[in-house]
Amino acid sequence: MLTSGWVFVNNHRTVSSGQTSIFGSMHPCEGAKLEKGQPLTRFILKRLFAMPFLVLGIVTLAFLLTTVTKGDPLTAILSDRQLNDPEAVKAAMARWGLDRSLPERYFIYVRNLLSGDLGTSFVTRRPVLTDVLFRLPATLELVGAAMVIGSTIGISLGVLAAYFKNSWIDHLARLFALVGSSVPVFWMGLALLYVLSVKLGVVPGPGRLDPRASLPPTVTGFMTIDTLLAGEFKLFANALWHLLLPAFVLGWAVSGTISRLVRANMLEVLGREFILTARAKGAGELRVVIRHALRNTLVPTLTVISYSFAYLLTGAVLTETIFSWPGLGSYAVGAARALDFPAIIGVTLVGGIIFLLTNLITDIAYVIANPRVRLG
Amino acid sequence: MNTPLFSVRDLRVGFLSRSLPLEAVRGIDLHVDHGEVLGIVGESGSGKSVGMLGSVSLLPPSAYVTGSARFQGQELVGLDRRSLQKLRGSRIAMIFQDPLSSLNPVTKVGTQIVEAIRLHDRKISKRDAMERAIELLELVAIPEPNRRVHQYPHEFSGGMRQRVMIAMAVANDPDLLIADEPTTALDVTVQAQIMEVLATLQKRLNLGLILITHDLGVLAGHADRVAVVYAGQVVEQASIDDLFANPKHPYTRGLIASIPNISEEKERLFSIEGAPPPLGRLPSGCAFNPRCTMAQDVCRNLDPQTTTDGAHSVACHFADDKEGACA
Repeated sequence: MLTSGWVFVNNHRTVSSGQTSIFGSMHPCEGAKLEKGQPLTRFILKRLFAMPFLVLGIVTLAFLLTTVTKGDPLTAILSDRQLNDPEAVKAAMARWGLDRSLPERYFIYVRNLLSGDLGTSFVTRRPVLTDVLFRLPATLELVGAAMVIGSTIGISLGVLAAYFKNSWIDHLARLFALVGSSVPVFWMGLALLYVLSVKLGVVPGPGRLDPRASLPPTVTGFMTIDTLLAGEFKLFANALWHLLLPAFVLGWAVSGTISRLVRANMLEVLGREFILTARAKGAGELRVVIRHALRNTLVPTLTVISYSFAYLLTGAVLTETIFSWPGLGSYAVGAARALDFPAIIGVTLVGGIIFLLTNLITDIAYVIANPRVRLG
Repeated sequence: MNTPLFSVRDLRVGFLSRSLPLEAVRGIDLHVDHGEVLGIVGESGSGKSVGMLGSVSLLPPSAYVTGSARFQGQELVGLDRRSLQKLRGSRIAMIFQDPLSSLNPVTKVGTQIVEAIRLHDRKISKRDAMERAIELLELVAIPEPNRRVHQYPHEFSGGMRQRVMIAMAVANDPDLLIADEPTTALDVTVQAQIMEVLATLQKRLNLGLILITHDLGVLAGHADRVAVVYAGQVVEQASIDDLFANPKHPYTRGLIASIPNISEEKERLFSIEGAPPPLGRLPSGCAFNPRCTMAQDVCRNLDPQTTTDGAHSVACHFADDKEGACA
């Protein structure tokens, strides 16, 4: 039931050149196209101004895609017995607006959207916005942790592979990257869960906390933060422990792309003359590599990390399902199974907005990281 | 006799390649003293830069260095990394050919000079180091140094960047400065300015200066002694005046003849026919023989020994034969 491509916005895994999308520049070496003499604030405002239109585009696409899927959402709304009752069917059609024409439904949806109403879920019968906001922190926690793990592993391996080019370290890093980015996350998740949790018992099973543990009061929705706020340090450790494996599985998947790109850029930068200057100044190798070389690969690195964010969101859908993670991804899977259109569009919309914001932040970071486009 | 500031004996630098090791520097002998300017002249690929970089272990790992390079009596070849790092940038400083790419593009110029200072003086505060950086920029005649230290390399012109490189090189008051083609990438007028700055600092700081260049003209008026390098070997070495007045190697004569002279009206500038031999494909006998107008059978069969006459040394079978000199 899970048709790929519509739950989240982007599922490209390889970094091809010159790839651009409506969400902004995608090529890791490009980054923001800030013209000379354009103040940073104006650049940000321009991007912010474009965002509503992009969001509208996402909504329209998601809306149209739901209409071309085969299957009847009424099966999700009504029980089998009610489906045989023409009266009940008619009432349900009217109740959920399914009797109206597509353009009509579209305009009603967009009009409601403007007042912050994402509709009501067929399944949970709650406002989609409430559902999504309730589920979002779990996903952000997972994706955030995966991002930290993926970037740390990716950058470290990339740097090591470049510095020890063609040595066993380089080959090992290449293998690690290859496995991470070619093995699907759901398979990797299942395999690691089986070996590490079921067989060896070194990591906890699925879920965000030990099932016997009592939940801390929800403040932010981030389990790690909420446990800390409640002063429950044991619970915090438990939450962190539960977060480790799913975040690692997701992080591994993106670390491959990151490490390959960092390696390529590091090789290029390490061959530049200012590296020789740094060595001639008497700088140690660690300083040469980190302060001089890595600092100069920051722009493409930032871009590829933000780019992998899109993949993380997509990957989170499958990872959450496998690890019983009550986030947006498992919500999306449930919605897709039930043809819960408002929920599907809602999740797509939120995923899209997160992606757009990430891109904006990257572009701003890019401007800050690269003094050649920064404005004095 | 005192130990020279820096001396190189039978220095060889090779690169490991797939088939066989390629020797880029084939045993050179050089020395430079405090306050002395040694010019090393040769064509691209003659091994002049590689030799100097090799002596301070700044070549990629595929390079191997043998022979001896002594700095104030201390052997540099095979010296441990930590000791080399201590020497580099403090006692032995370097500047390179392309000022556009020699500075870190994402770090402020002042910060880069501060780094050079603080790498060798852990006690100095950042603020004091920055004060010193400003003084150094002033020393190399960069206007408004207070403002310039907070700028990035791309905000500087090529000549200004080379001044920054020089300022950074002399930041720790070194004894030896190796300048690898310091003016090659610059406009002619800027070249003269940079040479001026270098010459002034050299005298003021009593630097031993090794000036690597492919342009013999640059050395005139600046160098005390000159070593002419061809295919990884020193073919002639003499004081600058002696070299210009009495060049003994046909290659040196060719180099002198190819210096443009505005007082003479020539249709075409003299040039030495052919190109230097590629690495690993040296001719038998004298490496210069295929391009030499004086070459005889002996040149094609026997590599000439270096003969020394006072301070003038040369490696040519016909060093004293002035007849048949290049036209």
